[in-house]
Amino acid sequence: MLSIDCPHCGPRAQSEFAYDRTLDAIVPLAMPPAEAMRALYTRANPRGWSDELWHHRFGCRAWLVVRRHTVTHAIESVIGYAP
Amino acid sequence: MSRYSALALLRGALTGQKHWDRAWRDPEPKASYDVIVIGGGGHGLSTAYYLAKVHGIRNVAVLEKGWIGGGNTGRNTTIVRSNYRQPALHNFFDFALGLWEGMSDELNFNVMFSPRGAMFLGHSDSDMTSLAQRGDALRCAGIDAELLTRAQVQKLVPLLDMSPAARFPIYGGMIQRRGGTARHDAVAWGYARAADALGVDVIQNCEVTGLTIAGGRVAGVETTRGAIGAGRVGICVAGNSGPVAALAGIKLPIEAQTLQAFVTEPVKPMIDTVIMSQSLHCYISQSDKGGIVLGGDPDQFPSYAQRGLPNRLEKAAAEAIALVPALSRLRMVRCWSGTTDMSFDGSPIISTLPVDGLYLNGGWCYGGFKATPGSGFAYAQLLATGAPHPLAAPFGLDRFARGATVDEAGVGPMPQLR
Ligand SMILES: Cc1cc2nc3c(=O)[nH]c(=O)nc-3n(C[C@H](O)[C@H](O)[C@H](O)COP(=O)(O)OP(=O)(O)OC[C@H]3O[C@@H](n4cnc5c(N)ncnc54)[C@H](O)[C@@H]3O)c2cc1C
Ligand SMILES: [Zn+2]
Repeated sequence: MLSIDCPHCGPRAQSEFAYDRTLDAIVPLAMPPAEAMRALYTRANPRGWSDELWHHRFGCRAWLVVRRHTVTHAIESVIGYAP
Repeated sequence: MSRYSALALLRGALTGQKHWDRAWRDPEPKASYDVIVIGGGGHGLSTAYYLAKVHGIRNVAVLEKGWIGGGNTGRNTTIVRSNYRQPALHNFFDFALGLWEGMSDELNFNVMFSPRGAMFLGHSDSDMTSLAQRGDALRCAGIDAELLTRAQVQKLVPLLDMSPAARFPIYGGMIQRRGGTARHDAVAWGYARAADALGVDVIQNCEVTGLTIAGGRVAGVETTRGAIGAGRVGICVAGNSGPVAALAGIKLPIEAQTLQAFVTEPVKPMIDTVIMSQSLHCYISQSDKGGIVLGGDPDQFPSYAQRGLPNRLEKAAAEAIALVPALSRLRMVRCWSGTTDMSFDGSPIISTLPVDGLYLNGGWCYGGFKATPGSGFAYAQLLATGAPHPLAAPFGLDRFARGATVDEAGVGPMPQLR
């Protein structure tokens, strides 16, 4: 299990968090439909470092950007998500 | 290739079994091939076999970065069935099931396909309603499905917890009697041997590291053993579709996730059908060697680690023990993981790509082993003719843009919910 260092709550077990999507898959309301479809339906799916949106669901309920390595699970940074 | 037969075995008995040939050659890569298949899993090998067998295209290479069958082919829980709800899915998987039934004969290799029945348990009225609906859909398509009462389930698997205090009460079930299991490694070996006999080069320890594209058309691949030219290239790499497609600058509706399975020490026969559950995510079967094979949920976040989280194992074990309490007495001997290609509608992608001559077979999620022969058959047709096999036509990449997804779970582009 990962240990995710929430900027508000400190290090907590991964089971408190839920993965939502990678940052390249966030669709702002103003995005043109074709681009929004692409963002919703495709992923870089990297084998390496990836920026991901996680939700501290059973904690402070903040949305967080977790920079994580998809092979080693190393976490480089956890910061608050500011849309 | 010398044929395997009882007579050959008997003859060998008199000569110390020293007459066997190696099952497939170990060729050096040629300068170029008509078709290169990237990935030596069951799907890649069966694709090469049907290219040679059905379409007469024999100048074919299968390039495998490790050893054949070392990917998800050798890591799955070996369940074979065709009882999906969506017509596009059950028609395709039932075509595959038909090929499973003749596979050992066709390949002259015992893949130990064992149609011992694949049963879903229902734990509530609503489970039973949805099983009945699914069964009706299957029967209308001419696919076998049988709804079982609680008593019939109990007779089939006497070790299930049927007590009033059961954590997951059992209301009944649905069985597909033609479903079952197969020896997964043997499937890779059987297809490799049969493809090799038709002239296909099965090349192991050869990782594709680049795709050569000239004028919008694929011309070959770069590998750890040098550049190889190709008329057509078929990607067939299970959990690695993302990184391999990225070599051509293509983003796919796929996310990689880890899926685990584990097996107990071998015991005498105690479960002689495959047990799955409509609302839990745990599958239980007994291998021919006696081990109880168990699988559970994916990790639900992107991962190429081939090492899963312990809480997933714990959940699968807890569910299995609640269903079959006798399992609590057994020791787990091994657990392992595979990287699965979670597609955004949970269905496979067998498709052309935006680069001419480059094709994709991927997105099998946690359910592609049962597809192995059908997947190879359909992909070979696409690679040979450029047009999809009719049963694979619903699985083109364009379905996402057209809004024509085949979504069995109905959760849209959120693989973490699948
Ligand atoms: C734990 C687990 C349980 C499962 N249980 C079931 C089940 O019960 N029933 C079912 O139907 N399905 C099941 N599946 C899914 C099934 O195993 C897969 O969908 C299916 O095996 C995938 O196709 P494949 O056989 O070609 O993949 P693989 O065997 O993974 O083949 C892909 C190959 O490509 C190679 N490769 C990758 N990148 C490159 C490269 N760059 N160059 C060269 N080679 C490369 C890999 O080394 C690998 O050998 C399960 C999967 C897992 C992980
Ligand atoms: Zn927090």
